[in-house]
Amino acid sequence: MKRRSILAGPYILWIIGFTVIPLFFLVKYALTDRNGLFTLENIFAMFEPVHLKALVFSTEVAVLCTAICIVLSYPLVLSLKRLGLDKQSFSLYMLILPMWINFILRLLAWQMILSNNGILNYFLTSIGLRPLAIANSRTAIMIGIVYDYLPYMVLAIYNAVAEINEDIIEAARDLGAGGFLVFFRIILPLSVPGLLSGIVMVFVPSMTSFVTANILGGGKEQLIGNVIEEEFMTTMNWNLGSGLSLILMVFVLISMTFTARNESYEKESKIW
Amino acid sequence: MVDRLKNRLCRCYIFLIMLFLYAPILVLFASSFNDSKSRVSWGGFTFRWYAGVFSSRSIMKALYTTLALALLSALIATVIGVVGAIGITAMRQRNYQIVMAFTNIPMLNADIVTGITLMLWFVRFIPLGFMSVLLAHITFNIPYVILSVIPKLQQMNISMYEAARDLGANSVYAFFKIVLPQLFSGILSGFFMAFTISMDDFVVTYFTKGAGVNTLSTMIYGEMKKGIKPELYALSTLIFALVFIILLIVNRIGGKEEEGRTIRGRIGAGGNDSVREPD
Repeated sequence: MKRRSILAGPYILWIIGFTVIPLFFLVKYALTDRNGLFTLENIFAMFEPVHLKALVFSTEVAVLCTAICIVLSYPLVLSLKRLGLDKQSFSLYMLILPMWINFILRLLAWQMILSNNGILNYFLTSIGLRPLAIANSRTAIMIGIVYDYLPYMVLAIYNAVAEINEDIIEAARDLGAGGFLVFFRIILPLSVPGLLSGIVMVFVPSMTSFVTANILGGGKEQLIGNVIEEEFMTTMNWNLGSGLSLILMVFVLISMTFTARNESYEKESKIW
Repeated sequence: MVDRLKNRLCRCYIFLIMLFLYAPILVLFASSFNDSKSRVSWGGFTFRWYAGVFSSRSIMKALYTTLALALLSALIATVIGVVGAIGITAMRQRNYQIVMAFTNIPMLNADIVTGITLMLWFVRFIPLGFMSVLLAHITFNIPYVILSVIPKLQQMNISMYEAARDLGANSVYAFFKIVLPQLFSGILSGFFMAFTISMDDFVVTYFTKGAGVNTLSTMIYGEMKKGIKPELYALSTLIFALVFIILLIVNRIGGKEEEGRTIRGRIGAGGNDSVREPD
């Protein structure tokens, strides 16, 4: 039995070679300056107003987008359940199908929809409403992020709700509980594991994305991801970029620790 | 009466969400038939972008790179992941937990951090190019394989393997005859998940690719400023149509199987579990 664990060898080597050592280099770059001397400057750089502003903005966007995804997902999952569509894997496929179109192309399509003389405004003016100015704004970035990650949240919550024993819900109904009570006392508490994994799957990428803000924010609004990307690709200050990445990583990991023990990642495979 | 109203409300809501999810895709469809290079105005109907897809060398090359990367990285990740999963489930509880914590790192870490750490490491020993992107993709693919195989391993009945060994099968034969078939659905879902994630990746590729190599994602990103080639809209429409057709077929086959499973589940009083089994 124990001999079998030798089989993990190649994988463990892979972890060391491509997860542990690269992280070590991130720390090394973060703690040195261009000449290789030890410094904490790159770490403290996060507290400079420009960077701090980007971090706060990213956190705001991530929290809001995650909340919006949760609020949109529960009614969807419950609607599917009510109509019996949740039993058909086809309706789930329809949720993940858009992911097969390159996500940058999808964001560019949103750009076409939201731009000042774009499709949305064309539609609004043709029905006699005033055009909206959401192009290159925070709203546009948030629409993009919610769009990108909503399916993850829906699937996570869907899996959790599907696990709930139907008898419990029926029992509650029989005992006189109304829709709201059933939701807040049964469905919501029992779907917490899925909700948590959904939060991780949405919060982390929305906190750290830079492409969405680049395309839909028009470069005016900078998320922390944009700052880091610039340090690496434009300014070429890898030490500063590493310092900021390290802080970002720690920040994200700390805010996610409450779900770290959660095993619900394993349930993700259910979508296939 | 109230029930019917509620049902209608549910339908409306589902429709609205689907509209939100598919709006940009409809726009891309329309653009792929639009005979004007400008992205905002309609210049008439055309098929020429579709014809252009296959004659554009840069698009074909990027498509080839994307597919090769996805296929190779998913295959290698599946082999390492399956063997690794079998190994780590045999470990002692504490070691198992340590390895699983490390398995979660690429999944919990932001793409940008994964991309950057790998780039910082790769520049020390290999030129950035196809190879470095492949290594990076394998790295973020393995956890998905591991996490979809481990539940199957835990459900598996190990006595069957031991019985086969007792009856004289050597370990390799017993592995292929007994273990592999039981893990197959997990391996398959891990492989497809890895393939999909690799196809759709932009961030990690962007940081680890260096000059000269382009996947579809990085090519589109690079072209963004000067304007996207409309051929790319046509290509993505084709890919979407292909996947949609495959899903329809799979659904036909899978749907029938699921029916069978549901019935079996009811008879065996297996309840939810047997019905929920993914394919």
